[in-house]
Amino acid sequence: MNVAALGVFADALRFVVDERSLILDKTAEHLELSGAAMAVALLAALPLGVFLGHLHRGSFLAVNVANIGRALPSLAVIAAGISVLGIGFANVVLALVILAVPPILTNAYVAVDGVEADVVEAARGMGMTRLQILRRVELPLALPLLFAGIRTATVFVVATATIAAVAGGGGLGDIIVNQSVYGLDGVVGAAVCVSVLALGADALLGLLQRSLTPDAVRAEAGVLEPDVVTGVTRL
Amino acid sequence: MTSAGPVIPNFGEGSDCVTENRLFCTDWARDNWGGVLQPALVQHVELTAIAVGVGALIALGVALLTHRYPLLERPFGAFSAIVYTIPSLALFQLLVPVTGLTVTTVEVALVGYTLLILYRNALEGLRAAPPDVLEAARGMGLTPRQTLLRIQLPLALPAVIAGLRVAVVSTIALATVAALVIPQGLGYPIFLALREYFKTEIIAAGGLAVALALAADGLLVVVQRALVPWARTRRTA
Repeated sequence: MNVAALGVFADALRFVVDERSLILDKTAEHLELSGAAMAVALLAALPLGVFLGHLHRGSFLAVNVANIGRALPSLAVIAAGISVLGIGFANVVLALVILAVPPILTNAYVAVDGVEADVVEAARGMGMTRLQILRRVELPLALPLLFAGIRTATVFVVATATIAAVAGGGGLGDIIVNQSVYGLDGVVGAAVCVSVLALGADALLGLLQRSLTPDAVRAEAGVLEPDVVTGVTRL
Repeated sequence: MTSAGPVIPNFGEGSDCVTENRLFCTDWARDNWGGVLQPALVQHVELTAIAVGVGALIALGVALLTHRYPLLERPFGAFSAIVYTIPSLALFQLLVPVTGLTVTTVEVALVGYTLLILYRNALEGLRAAPPDVLEAARGMGLTPRQTLLRIQLPLALPAVIAGLRVAVVSTIALATVAALVIPQGLGYPIFLALREYFKTEIIAAGGLAVALALAADGLLVVVQRALVPWARTRRTA
């Protein structure tokens, strides 16, 4: 890396400090977009994935949703969403939801479906009802993989919300795609902010995952599991 | 934005379908296949092939290194995980001050994204050889190099190809964003079409990217079946 490049990063940090009200505004917009998309995606995909996994039905759906989810170019999804539905908060959110659903759905399915049959059998033998088995046996054991999917989707959505700006969606991407207005300092500064936001959201979810994981499960080695869609283990 | 009247989109000369910007105009797609879509598709394939090729070489090299020196595993794992978390659009922009508006910028970013997936799978693959098998290889008098080439690498193939499938498909999807830096690949027509929200071009280029990804995935499945016949019989069991 050369000296000029380092200078750019120093200038970018100065931009973030000097223009903090702009950065804060755009960050708030960014979080609003990503938060809304994640909320809708979670509400839609998590119960469905858990339910299908519990019934051990629909592996075909889960596998294909994962494959298609990987293949969907986020730029094309957002561009298509906006040109077909029109510009608007809801439309950008909808495009982001489409991108967030595959990792959440597939991982939830694989997580619950993969809970050992013997364990479920034992729980049934103890006289647990289906709901109790789901809540007290399957979900705790499925937690690592379940969270792997949610974390992948979150990083993906926070990162991709940037692209929404290309289509006038707002957020930190507004700065990134408007180099003529904000200069290279602004572009690099905003890009750093997006990265920090994505890493921060991932870290927060990691903490949440840790606090939700029962001690007994945590004691076993495989608390960190790679996400099924990308194969990535989040630290 | 100085025009006083309503903005009338100009989608160029074309059929009613094009001037009215309907959902998808097959005539536009046919007329612009040779001029717009096909070159973009070819560039897209090139961008992806270089990124995955370079990524695979680096990942396999580092995986061999970490397999030999396990101490290196955590640092490299953490590094590739952090790179993976950087948003694609941001990473492309972050590299521009270093490498400029060039293909290099795009390839560095795309390679960075493939590293994590390919590296983890390669390492997992290298570890797939059971200790008994390695013991037997040593007992047969194979040198470490022979063990690597004849035992470990073939046994690593299923995991490596699984990694390649994920890497190829996600790189094809990601490479559309490259158009922000260079006017190449299927993302470029999408960026151009976004100026006027020209639906046909967006859907055609986006659809091509998805089709390319699914086709590449299918191709790798065929390659996997040819190279790793034993995995198929085991899976159906």
